[in-house]
Amino acid sequence: MKARVIVTLKNGVLDPQGKAIEGALGGLGFSDIGSVRQGKVFDLDLTSTDKAAAEAEVAQMCEKLLANTVIENYVIELL
Amino acid sequence: MKSAVIVFPGSNRDRDMFHAMELITGKRPEAVWHTETSLPDVDLVIVPGGFSYGDYLRSGAIAARSPILKDLVKKAEAGINVLGVCNGFQILTEAGLLPGALMRNAGLKFVCKEIMLETANDATRFSTAFKKGQIWRCPVAHHDGNYFADDDTLKAVEDNAQVVFRYAQGSNPNGSLNDIAGVMNTKGNVLGMMPHPENLVEDLNGGTDGRLLFESLLNKAA
Repeated sequence: MKARVIVTLKNGVLDPQGKAIEGALGGLGFSDIGSVRQGKVFDLDLTSTDKAAAEAEVAQMCEKLLANTVIENYVIELL
Repeated sequence: MKSAVIVFPGSNRDRDMFHAMELITGKRPEAVWHTETSLPDVDLVIVPGGFSYGDYLRSGAIAARSPILKDLVKKAEAGINVLGVCNGFQILTEAGLLPGALMRNAGLKFVCKEIMLETANDATRFSTAFKKGQIWRCPVAHHDGNYFADDDTLKAVEDNAQVVFRYAQGSNPNGSLNDIAGVMNTKGNVLGMMPHPENLVEDLNGGTDGRLLFESLLNKAA
């Protein structure tokens, strides 16, 4: 089973890198940008075949390592 | 005072810390490799600066899950003194020993320069040799030093006087909230700070302002 984890900054957390990307896109002539936020994607290959167990395990991975829950949110997609 | 310095793959300020500690306390700290599972019996454990694990994932994130950290968390909760500088500060926040997180500098650039600090709390075991409000020189060298905490956490940190050092007015190099440069836990035995006091401990290097932090710890241990 494959899982995809998407980690994004929480609302209200300043994202200087997103701001720089936003500026660069503006410089390339993309004028209709409200804002840009940068995040991370993790693709996991799991040996488990039990969907519920896999999701619970990936949630633990997010809590313990993949996301810093002080500043980041995560979403798990099982593929 | 007996001390230990934890060394990770990618630590690069560990030698500066050994030198400063030996110079000021007269005793060379024990080096503890990150794969060890138990810390020696010491008064102070230092988590030094550098780029542990290449800053992969997030600065300090992988180091905070290394074997030796389990024992560090246990001993910190039991009250041992812990000092984290720069990457060490990032590691201590990632390990949950300190509140908040250190994010990319607001200006996006690596900053390597001397700044001015203000001692915000002189009643901690890390700062008794300073006076409250004292402005002192200290070098910084980091890319991820932008201190962030949510509103509730920040309020608690301020209300409990956990901010030990701030960047002096006009000196904030990274966008840290409330100019926070160094913060301790509620118990007051764990301090993390981005600036490098260990790099300003002898006249040969241009000043001795950083000594006061180590002398504070020494007074406490004596």
